[in-house]
Amino acid sequence: MKYRWLILALIVVAIALPWCFYDWTHHRQAGFLISMLSQMGMMVILALSYNMLLGQAGLFSLCHATFFGMGGYATIHFLNGAGDGTLPVPMELMPLLAGLSGLGVAILFGSMATKQRATAFAMITLGIGELMATSALMFHHFFGGEGGVTTNRMIDNSLFGLSYASGLQVYYLILAWTVIAAALMYFLTLTPLGRMANATRDNFERAQFIGYDPRMVRFMQFALSGFFAGIGGGLYAITYEIVTYDALASSLSANALLMAYIGGTTVFGGPILGAILITLLQSGVSLLSNSWLVYVGVMFISMVIFAPTGLAGIIKTHGPIRQAGRLRLLVVPYLRLTIPSLGVLLGFVGLVELMSFLTIGAAQGKKLVLFGGPVDVHAALPWAISGICLLVGGVWLRFEAAGFHRVWESLSAEVRR
Amino acid sequence: MTALSLRDVRKSFGPTEIIRGITLDIAAGERHCIIGPNGAGKTTCFNLISGRFPITSGEILLNGERIDTLPPHKINRKGLSRSFQITSIFHRMSVFENLRCALLWSRGYRYSFWSPLWRQKGLNEAAEALLEELNLASRRDVLAGLLSYAEQRALEIGMTIAGGASVVLLDEPTAGMSNTETDYAMTLIRRVTEGKTLLMVEHDMKVVFDLADAITVMVYGQVIASGPPAAVRANRAVQEAYLGALEG
Ligand SMILES: Nc1ncnc2c1ncn2[C@@H]1O[C@H](COP(=O)(O)OP(=O)(O)OP(=O)(O)O)[C@@H](O)[C@H]1O
Ligand SMILES: [Mg+2]
Repeated sequence: MKYRWLILALIVVAIALPWCFYDWTHHRQAGFLISMLSQMGMMVILALSYNMLLGQAGLFSLCHATFFGMGGYATIHFLNGAGDGTLPVPMELMPLLAGLSGLGVAILFGSMATKQRATAFAMITLGIGELMATSALMFHHFFGGEGGVTTNRMIDNSLFGLSYASGLQVYYLILAWTVIAAALMYFLTLTPLGRMANATRDNFERAQFIGYDPRMVRFMQFALSGFFAGIGGGLYAITYEIVTYDALASSLSANALLMAYIGGTTVFGGPILGAILITLLQSGVSLLSNSWLVYVGVMFISMVIFAPTGLAGIIKTHGPIRQAGRLRLLVVPYLRLTIPSLGVLLGFVGLVELMSFLTIGAAQGKKLVLFGGPVDVHAALPWAISGICLLVGGVWLRFEAAGFHRVWESLSAEVRR
Repeated sequence: MTALSLRDVRKSFGPTEIIRGITLDIAAGERHCIIGPNGAGKTTCFNLISGRFPITSGEILLNGERIDTLPPHKINRKGLSRSFQITSIFHRMSVFENLRCALLWSRGYRYSFWSPLWRQKGLNEAAEALLEELNLASRRDVLAGLLSYAEQRALEIGMTIAGGASVVLLDEPTAGMSNTETDYAMTLIRRVTEGKTLLMVEHDMKVVFDLADAITVMVYGQVIASGPPAAVRANRAVQEAYLGALEG
């Protein structure tokens, strides 16, 4: 394990972070931070389990939220059962039951979807996702209709005598399960099934001629990924004590895809990075701006075009240069990229915000505040400044990018030798 | 003992019949070469035997057992393995991983998601030994897609024989190799197929007459001659249709 220290550091930070922002004068936890970290944990599981399909098996699934959501719905019912004493399962093991629920649903749907390949597979999963989202609104007994189903997580049954009354206790439960799930998913990549999933991704046909039924490999990978997604959903149910149709809607499936892709599908830890980043944007930027989804969307498109290996992939390509001790030589080229990039960013954000305030903002009666000062959206100046920033920054960035490319190429050629 | 036998095998793609009734017996332990001009249907024949395409009519038997209705992976599990004329490997995995994957099924790992590969001593040693044998040890951790052409061909052969199949089908294993590379590949093939049944498509006549115990000549979807090398070389029809043109 090359990244042992990084992983350890990440876990320590995750444990310590709530205490760094603890309000010692009022003895209060930082509620916002804890709910954001909790959300991150669930999203890390969702993104990692999605990458078992996309990155590791080359399966483009569009219904991953189905297994997350089903894990969530099932957990609400389990918790209700535990609450009235019919299901004597301690809180700490609830996510396991949620995972098994996800597994069951994934076995059912996986047996249909994994018989098909490529586009047909994607189509079927799209259908499954829509089917389940509609079912969630139709079948009230299990799904509770539009209002969803609710529970009370204080089931008074814990291996460690915890009540889970506070968000902090729930967060640590989430953290523990995130670490367990991530470790198990990593372990899977080192087993015969995990390796054959890679093999069928690379060359579906060849796998058959070394004795494997590639459909079976995909089916099992699909089912197991549903198991982990279910765990994520279970943690969701425990945290919010309510699960509605949102937990299995296609927008969450799309989110899983975004997180895995932006983080990087070719590296195991990539989706972790993506999940943390997207959750940060979701909780941080969404407070500042209505348009945060626009930014995520643009970021996704830029990644697809310019960096299809995602953030982790970008970091990984620096490996050989770092090993050769040449990383220093990239500092100046990177700085030169930063300045025009900031220009483009400012210009783009400016235009998007101006536009959004002209329409939605006006309807809500809000005032635009950009970079610390109020801005009049009807004046010409802010529009002109943003436009010029974007334009000049764009042209300049193209120029600098070409220069960076030259430096990069000569460096990597040198390192290869 | 007949290891592999084809009984009046036919294959049509749409209205055109590409394999027009092939009957062929390959004895166990024999090194059998198939030669024939481009487009004769040699590769198609391999595709039918290995289950890649269903046959239109006829029968194919492996050790006396019908295999023509089985999917490729089941045929492979019965001990028949093939290579591809156009290299077919797992290009985003390392050379070592490619070979290890090719070993998995025959060593009984099936779809295991509970046995960590790093702990499988016998399996890993076998993969390393194969790597050595293929002369690819120095390329162990390189992605297969980044290998040179000749190295990829060697890997292709390695993956085909890894599972220890008793019947091995090689489709132009040396095509596109230099003379030295061909010599090396042939020594390798000779060694790794010791005691096995080998069916090989090959264009290089020197290689064919060096290696083969028996030769089958295919032209336009049919067998025009089959037998020991000397008999085939002397065959008038073969000389007219094929060998004459090649040897001048
Ligand atoms: N899947 C297919 N669909 C339609 N026609 C095919 C298919 N596969 C092969 N053929 C045709 O069958 C004929 C025989 O092809 P095949 O590849 O078996 O020849 P070959 O003897 O291996 O030739 P070569 O020496 O060039 O490899 C060719 O005319 C080819 O166009
Ligand atoms: Mg051919």
